[in-house]
Amino acid sequence: MSTPETVLAVNDLRVRFRTLDGVVDAVKGINLRVGAGETVAIVGESGSGKSQTMMAAMRLLASNGEATGSVDYRGRNLLTLSKSGLNEVRGRKITMIFQEPMTSLDPLYTIGNQLIEPIQRHRKLGASAAREEALKLLRLVKIPDPERRMKSYPYEMSGGQRQRVMIAMALANDPDILIADEPTTALDVTIQAQILTLLAELQRKLGMAIVFITHDLGIVRRFADRVYVMRQGEVVEEGATEAVFSAPNHAYTKMLLSAEPTGRKAPPSPNAPVLLEGRNVEVVFKIGGGFLAGDPMQLRAVDRINIALKKGQTIGIVGESGSGKSTLGRALLRLLPSEGGVRFENRDISKADRGEMRPLRRELQLVFQDPFGSLSPRMTVGQIITEGLLVHEPSLSRKQRDERACQALEEVGLDPFVRNRYPHEFSGGQRQRIAIARAMILKPKVVVLDEPTSALDRSVQKQIVELLRKLQKDHDLSYLFISHDLAVVRAMADYLIVMKQGKIVEEGMTDAIFDNPREEYTQTLMAAAMDPTKFRLSA
Amino acid sequence: MTDATAASATVAAKPVVGRSLWGDAWARLKANKAAMISLYYLILMAVVCIVGPFFVSHQYTTIYPDYVRTAPSFSSYPRPEMIETALSDAVKRMRVDIKEWHQEGSRVSVTVTSSKKVDERNVRYLERSDAFDSVTVDSTSSDGLEMVMSASVKQQYFLFGTDNVGRDLLSRTLMAGRISLAIGLLAGIVAVVIGVVYGATAGFMGGKTDEVMMRIVDVLYSLPFIFFVIMLVVFFGRNFVLMFLAVGAVLWLDMARIVRGQALSIRRQEYVQAAEAMGVSSRGIVRRHVIPNLLGPVVIYMTLLVPQVILLESFLSFLGLGVQEPMTSWGVLISAGAANIGSANWMLLFPAFFLVSTLFALNFIGDGLRDALDPKDR
Repeated sequence: MSTPETVLAVNDLRVRFRTLDGVVDAVKGINLRVGAGETVAIVGESGSGKSQTMMAAMRLLASNGEATGSVDYRGRNLLTLSKSGLNEVRGRKITMIFQEPMTSLDPLYTIGNQLIEPIQRHRKLGASAAREEALKLLRLVKIPDPERRMKSYPYEMSGGQRQRVMIAMALANDPDILIADEPTTALDVTIQAQILTLLAELQRKLGMAIVFITHDLGIVRRFADRVYVMRQGEVVEEGATEAVFSAPNHAYTKMLLSAEPTGRKAPPSPNAPVLLEGRNVEVVFKIGGGFLAGDPMQLRAVDRINIALKKGQTIGIVGESGSGKSTLGRALLRLLPSEGGVRFENRDISKADRGEMRPLRRELQLVFQDPFGSLSPRMTVGQIITEGLLVHEPSLSRKQRDERACQALEEVGLDPFVRNRYPHEFSGGQRQRIAIARAMILKPKVVVLDEPTSALDRSVQKQIVELLRKLQKDHDLSYLFISHDLAVVRAMADYLIVMKQGKIVEEGMTDAIFDNPREEYTQTLMAAAMDPTKFRLSA
Repeated sequence: MTDATAASATVAAKPVVGRSLWGDAWARLKANKAAMISLYYLILMAVVCIVGPFFVSHQYTTIYPDYVRTAPSFSSYPRPEMIETALSDAVKRMRVDIKEWHQEGSRVSVTVTSSKKVDERNVRYLERSDAFDSVTVDSTSSDGLEMVMSASVKQQYFLFGTDNVGRDLLSRTLMAGRISLAIGLLAGIVAVVIGVVYGATAGFMGGKTDEVMMRIVDVLYSLPFIFFVIMLVVFFGRNFVLMFLAVGAVLWLDMARIVRGQALSIRRQEYVQAAEAMGVSSRGIVRRHVIPNLLGPVVIYMTLLVPQVILLESFLSFLGLGVQEPMTSWGVLISAGAANIGSANWMLLFPAFFLVSTLFALNFIGDGLRDALDPKDR
């Protein structure tokens, strides 16, 4: 392989942030090189400095950050370039797409306006010529019916389509380098695959270099020519993708590669009693409507679903966003109004009101996806964990509650010393442990786990999965495990339900479905998530 | 089990103390120079207004007819050239003539003559003057037609000058500060308490309850404020407490709306759902989750509310609906100063400086708090 011309060279880049706790070194002197037309991936877990490296290169650091070293784009140092010089490069020759396509587009302007304006300004084209150009771009990123889409507002489009628009905007000025900062993390697996295919195609067609920032090793393997592995602000390993993946040198890279959750869960004994049962569960959301607006639109989020959770069983529910899997979980816990029957320990609870449900709440617990949102920021960890005890065991003294908090923290592998700290002082994985401790302190029988690992790094996911399995074994718990991440579901669940648009598409023993998916939808889902060879893109 | 209890007992002895969000915010606020200077200034202002009047030699109600609209000065009154005027004024009231007067040190002695016998009681005219005290009759001529009196010159300081009727402006400004700050703080608290409880309830309950509660707020909004205050004054008479009620009763509406908006968004947070899933009652959720998490914006809004209240009070007093003479507030003083801006501009400048600088300080603190409590917006 001949070495292509270098378009972007990062030399001894250091990024530091001045905070109240002193100076934090986010990036500690790294060197990167991006060749023309090459795909380079920067991989690392959260906090490794991978995003800050590129933000520093684009001079987009937060106001308390400063960067030293040099970032050379075709002989010009971006770090010392004047404002006008920088604007010639940034947004034209080097463009970026971000993780969150919802917030990167201005909600008040149509897609067409947002595309046309920068084209007009950067390329000095007339309104109609710029419009033509914008249409061409939308066709290039394969947005169906581009004429009509020009008039759409961002909220009218799906996440995948918005990300396509973002890519179109990034391509508008024929860039040399496209920096993609976790561009598919917020998307469903099948959409992810489509976006990646699109990026690979565009690269082949237009010949720009792509810098891919991601934590997802599967994407790197399919997509990148070379890879830099970052950890705590340093590059620990670099090289051609295949070489790094087949023979990793650094212990950290090895750890990342083996971080996929392993192991399987054995199914419970066939005569285990059914704990939680849903019959023809149906949840209908009314959208709009009102006094003058006429009848509301009805959205059937969960459509007559039957489910029976046995003691000691884990049912995995998979599906893309909008498939109604979280809604089903909440309906079974009676946190949402629903139709149909719900039975807990052979008692009909489908008509129970708040007061009647209260004593049952301790048996039926819920763990959320986002460990940042699910812990109240103004309470200490101890207060958060023991809040349930205030409701269900009001006779406990303060000291007894404190002891129970210590036990619960120890059980989830956290030091009880930390119980007077506040949630923001913990990492994502630690917070999720706190959230689990909050559920476990009440000694529940059924726990609904709503994407408990989705917001976490791979290596942390693995730990959480192991913790959940251990707790299940120790306390004979039943789990309802909701996730879109098939690798995690496979390690957690013994029974699998695949949902799409509120209906069950397929169900059965986990291994049976993974080895031999019957329905087409399940097959697509598996292929997109599991099989790197099928989606091998840069050929 | 004993091991575990023993272990947790030692643990219970010394858990690590975490840094709360409030602690973080305080640290960030301390790093903000403008806000900290403003905070110290405000504390100083409050202390001066509360303690100051006890140390100023003049009562805020005392009228000095000789010193009407006296310009502010660091030197004492009466000035040497004023002594003669004051003396002749007093002597004229005795209906006698001055034969001769001279000053020795701080004492003035005056010889008066008259065609009739000079009454000794005439000394009270000298004593009544603001310029003299400890008057004595030194000697009387044998026919009684001539008398020598002496008096010491009373040294008075009017650092801020005096007002239209001759009251010391320094003590009046400080007293006014007490009233204005008290109204600002108390009416602010009234508005915050009503607004937070009402808004948090409406926002958290949602649905029909929220509709009804917020429509009530809308109806109250539509009442003209001045009309409302005049009505209160007519029914209950002019009353200091009424001011708090009137101002607080109007300003809690804004607070309720802000708090309701916050409560609506907090209600959808996962930690509230988590509390619901644990079976925590609505009251517990409002108390433990909703209110603590919306205190940030409330504190910020309150620092902006206090200046608003002070200004409203000034406005009401300006219209004559607020505090009544001889009690005063910055608004009253400024309105009096504005009327005399040509002849005695200090009457406007001093109270206006106090009011404006206080409002500035409050706004800087509000800004600083906003940055400290919500750092991600910077």
